[in-house]
Amino acid sequence: MTLRDAAAPVDVNDVPPSPDQVRSLVRTWSDPPGWLGWISALNHKTIGKRFLCTAFGFFILGGLLAAAMRLQLARPRNHLVGPDLYDQLFTMHGTTMMFLFAVPVMQAVSIYLVPLMVGSRTIAFPRMNAFAYWIYLFGGAMLYVAFALDIGPDAGWFAYVPLSGPDYSPGKRVDFWAQMITFTELSGLLEAIILIVTVFKLRAPGMTLNRVPLFTWSMLVTAFMVIFAMPSVMLASTALITDRLVGTHFYNPAEGGDALLWQHLFWFFGHPEVYMIFIPGLGFVSTIVPTFSRRPIHGYPAMVIALIATAFLAFGLWVHHMFATNVPELGKGFFTAVSMMIAIPTAVQIWCWIATLWTGRLNFRTPLLFVLAFFFILLMGGMTGLMLAAVPLDLQVHDTYFVVAHLHYVLFGGAVFPLFGAVYYWFPKYTGRLMSEKLGRWNFWLMFIGFNVAFFPMHLLGLAGMPRRVYTYPDMQGWGRLNAISTAGALLLVVSVALFLVNVWRSRRHGEVAGNNPWGGATLEWATTSPPPAHNFDAIPVVYSRDPLWDGAPREGQPSHVGGLAVGQREVLVTTLLDAEPDHRPVMPNPSPWPFLGAIATTILFIGSIFTPWAVVWGMVPVAITLTAWFWPRKRDAAAHLALEQQP
Amino acid sequence: MRFAPALIVRRFGLPHRRIPAMTRAGLPAAAGLSWVASATAAPASAGLGHGWQDALNSAGPQAAHIQDLWRLMLWMCSIVFALVLAAFLLALWRAPRSRPDTAPDLEAKQRPEAGIRRTVVTATVVSAALLFVLIVASVWTDRALARMSTSDALHIDVTAHQWWWELTYDDPDPSRQITTANEIHVPVGRPVLVTLHADDVIHSFWVPNLAGKKDLIPGRTSQMQFRADRAGVFRGQCAEFCGVQHAWMAFDVDAMPPADYEAWAAAQRQTPPAPSDPLLARGRQLFLSSTCVMCHNVAGTTASARKGPDLSHVGSRRTLAAGALPNDAGSLAAWIRDPQKIKPGNNMPAHDFAPDDMKALVAWLESLK
Repeated sequence: MTLRDAAAPVDVNDVPPSPDQVRSLVRTWSDPPGWLGWISALNHKTIGKRFLCTAFGFFILGGLLAAAMRLQLARPRNHLVGPDLYDQLFTMHGTTMMFLFAVPVMQAVSIYLVPLMVGSRTIAFPRMNAFAYWIYLFGGAMLYVAFALDIGPDAGWFAYVPLSGPDYSPGKRVDFWAQMITFTELSGLLEAIILIVTVFKLRAPGMTLNRVPLFTWSMLVTAFMVIFAMPSVMLASTALITDRLVGTHFYNPAEGGDALLWQHLFWFFGHPEVYMIFIPGLGFVSTIVPTFSRRPIHGYPAMVIALIATAFLAFGLWVHHMFATNVPELGKGFFTAVSMMIAIPTAVQIWCWIATLWTGRLNFRTPLLFVLAFFFILLMGGMTGLMLAAVPLDLQVHDTYFVVAHLHYVLFGGAVFPLFGAVYYWFPKYTGRLMSEKLGRWNFWLMFIGFNVAFFPMHLLGLAGMPRRVYTYPDMQGWGRLNAISTAGALLLVVSVALFLVNVWRSRRHGEVAGNNPWGGATLEWATTSPPPAHNFDAIPVVYSRDPLWDGAPREGQPSHVGGLAVGQREVLVTTLLDAEPDHRPVMPNPSPWPFLGAIATTILFIGSIFTPWAVVWGMVPVAITLTAWFWPRKRDAAAHLALEQQP
Repeated sequence: MRFAPALIVRRFGLPHRRIPAMTRAGLPAAAGLSWVASATAAPASAGLGHGWQDALNSAGPQAAHIQDLWRLMLWMCSIVFALVLAAFLLALWRAPRSRPDTAPDLEAKQRPEAGIRRTVVTATVVSAALLFVLIVASVWTDRALARMSTSDALHIDVTAHQWWWELTYDDPDPSRQITTANEIHVPVGRPVLVTLHADDVIHSFWVPNLAGKKDLIPGRTSQMQFRADRAGVFRGQCAEFCGVQHAWMAFDVDAMPPADYEAWAAAQRQTPPAPSDPLLARGRQLFLSSTCVMCHNVAGTTASARKGPDLSHVGSRRTLAAGALPNDAGSLAAWIRDPQKIKPGNNMPAHDFAPDDMKALVAWLESLK
C-alpha cells in the first residue's frame, strides 16, 4: 500500500474539502448506531471518553475508600472500621489509585488527545485500543465485585510475600489482586504500543520530532516506560499466582525461593510507575503554562531531554524502597545518588517553566491555577523525596506517615493537580462548552487547602513515629490531634471533588459555548471544532512550526493541508519517524464487535484461572475463536482497499 | 483529647521519672517546611514533646546522627524551597496580565533569550551542587552509623512473629540466657547488637528514639546495633505491614542504669518458685491443665511450648498483647476471656474460665515477676 511512486509528492492542494466530502468523511469515521454499534465503537474519541469516565469513576471510589480510612483514624482506638476491613480499604485504595486510576487516566487522556495533537484522523490499532479499554474495565470491575463480596485483597497494594503467599493469605483475596494486575498490565501494555505507533507514524506531515507538542512527548516517554517496567510486575504477579494456585515455590524461602525477589521485581516496576504517573503531569504543565503565558515554552529541547533523562533514571532507583532490607553499603550509595540525581531533570523543567512565566503575559484561569498549585506541592514533595533518598533518614521515616505525606505530595501534586487543570483546559474540546470558572475556583481552593491540611500533618506524624498501614493507634504523643486535622482536610478534599463533579455535570449542557480555541492554544487539537468531528480534521494539516496555530502558516507556495485521502474509506496518512514525511496510506479497520467479545473471552480465562489452572487450557478456546473472527479478512474490504491502491 | 503525661502514666503504669524530658528543636524546625505548618505545628509540638516514640528525640548515637542529618536536610531543603517559591511568585507578580485573545509573544522564538538561559543554567548547576552536598552528607552519616563500636556489646536475638516479639539474650553459658517477649531491657551506655529473624512474614524492627529500622525477613538474618545514652522507656513498633494486627505489634525498650539492668537480668534468670499461697497454686494448676500449655512456656513447669510469648516473668512486663493493653489483672482477665475482641485476628483462642478460676489464674500469672 505504499505510494506508487515514492519520488512523487503527496497530492496536496489548498482547496478545503467540499461539504459532500465532509459528510462522507463523517459517515465513514462515525461509530455505528444501536447497541451493537455501542460495543463495536472504535473511534478514539469515543473510547477515550469511556476510558476517562471509567478512570474517574475509579478515582472517586478510591477516594471514598480513603475517606473511610481517614474517619477510622480520626481518633485513637476508634472502632468505626475493624482491622480486616481496614486492610482491604488501604489495599483497595492503593491498588485503585495506582493501577486503575493514575496510569490509565493518563492513557485515557492521551487516547483522546494525542491523535488530535499530532493531526491524525485516528489512533493506531483502533480495535486493539477498544480491546484494551474493555480489558481494563472488566479487570477493575472484577476487583470491585470481589471487594463488595468481602473478598477484596488485603495484603497491601505492594502485596509483599510471604504475607501475600499461600500460607499467610489463604482464600482468594490476593488472587483477585494478582489477576487484576494481569488485566491492567495487559491493557497498559497495549495502550503503550498504540501510543508509540501513533506518535511515531501518524503525525501530520511536517511535524518533525522536534515539533511534537510536549504533552505528546511526555506520553511517548511514558509509553516506553510502560513497555520496560510493566513486564516486571506481570512476571512477579504471575509467579505469585502459580505459587498460590499450583504450588510453585518462587517466593518460599523454605524451598529455596526468596522473599526479596518479589520486592526487586515489584519495585523495578513500582518506582518507574511513579514516573509514569508524574511525566504525563509534566506534559500537562508544559502545555498549560505556555498557553496561559501567551508565549512558546522556554527551552523546548531541554524539556524533552529532561523527560527522557527522568525516564532513564527512574529505572535506577527502585532499591530506595528497600533500604531497610539488607542492602550492601556500596549499593545504598549508588541508589542514594540516583534517587537524588533524578531531581536534576525536574529542576531543569521547573526553571524553564518559571522562565516561561517570568517572560510571559499571564491569564489566571482555573487551568493555570491548578498548575501553579502543582509548583508548590510538587516542590515540597520533591524536597521530602530528597530526604527519603538519604539512606539514614529513610531508615527512620520509611513506612511511616512521612512517606504517606511525601507520596501524596508527589502524586497528588505532580499528577492529580495538573490532571484537574487539564480537565478544565480540554473540557471545551471534549464537549464544546467551558466549565464554570466560579465553581472551578471553589474547586481549586478547596482542593488546595484540603490537600495541605490533610497531608502536611502526616509529615509530623511520621517523624513522631507513627507507622503506615495501622488500623488504629494508642492515644499518645498527640497523634490523635494530628490525625483529626488530617481527617478534616480529607473531608475538604471530598467536598472539592464533589464540586468538580457538579461543575462537569452542569457545564456539559449549560456551560458557555467554547468555539474551536477558547484559550488561544497553539497545538493542533484547537484547529478543529469543539467537539471534533468523527474524522477529527476535514483536511489533515501540514505543520511548519512547533506552535502551528501561532506561527504555523505556510509560506507562499507551500500547502496548508493534505489532499487526496479517500473519504469513503478509513484511509490515513502514515509519515516517517523523524521528519514526518508522507510515507504510506493504509486503511484503518472498520468497527467490529469482536474486540469486545475477545475481551469477554479473555476475562473468562483470567477470572477462571483464579479458581483452576484448567481455565487456562479451556479458556484458550473462546479466546482463539474471537481473535480469529477479529482478524478474519473480509472479501469486500480487501477489494475496496485494492481499488484504492490502484486509484489514489 | 488529652495528652497529659499523666494519661500515659496511668495507662501504662509508668513511673514519672521514666518519661523522657520534654523536647525540642526538631518539630519547631519542621514547621519551617512551609507556611502550612503554622496551622498544624503549634498543637503538634505541644503533643509530640513527650516523644517516647519519636525520631526527633534521640536517646543514642545512631538516632542522633540521623537527627543531625535531618536538621541539615531540613534547613537546606527549606531554603531551596523558599528560593524557588520566591522566584516563582516573583514571576507571577511581575508578568503582565493577558486574555485568551492576547496575541502570543512569538518573538520569544526569534530573540536569543541569553539572560534567561544563563539564569536557568546557573540555577540548574546550583541545584545539582546542592544535591551533591546532600549525597555526601547522607553517605557520611551512613558511615558513622556503620562504624559504631560493638565490642563488649550485649547480644540480643529478636524473632518477629505475627504479632509479637520474641527476645533471647545470648550468653555463652546457656543457663544465663534470658527469653522474654515484647520488652527489651538494655543497660545505658553499652552497645547492643540485635540479630533479627522472622518466623512467618516480613516485619520491621524500629525504635525511633534509638535507631533507624531494619526488616526481619523469613529465610534471612540481619543485624543492627544501637546504644542508649540515657535512661528511659522508648516505644518501638513493627514498621512493615505484616497482617491484620500490624497495628498492635509494639514493644518497649527500657534503657536502665547498668546496676538496675543487672538486677533485672538476675531476676529474669530465676525460675519462678512454686507458689505456697492456695489461690496462686490453684491458678498454676489451672494453667497447666488447660490449653495454655499448648503455646506458652513458663520456666520451672511442664509448660514448655514456644508458639506464643514466654510467660515465665509475664508479671514483670509493662504491657500485654504487644502493647495493646496495660499489664494489670483486669486487662489480663479480659485478654484471656476474649483476645479476639481486643486484637481481632490474633492467634490466641478465647478461654472462658469461671470467675473464680479466672481470678486464680490471673493472680498466678501476675505473680510471675
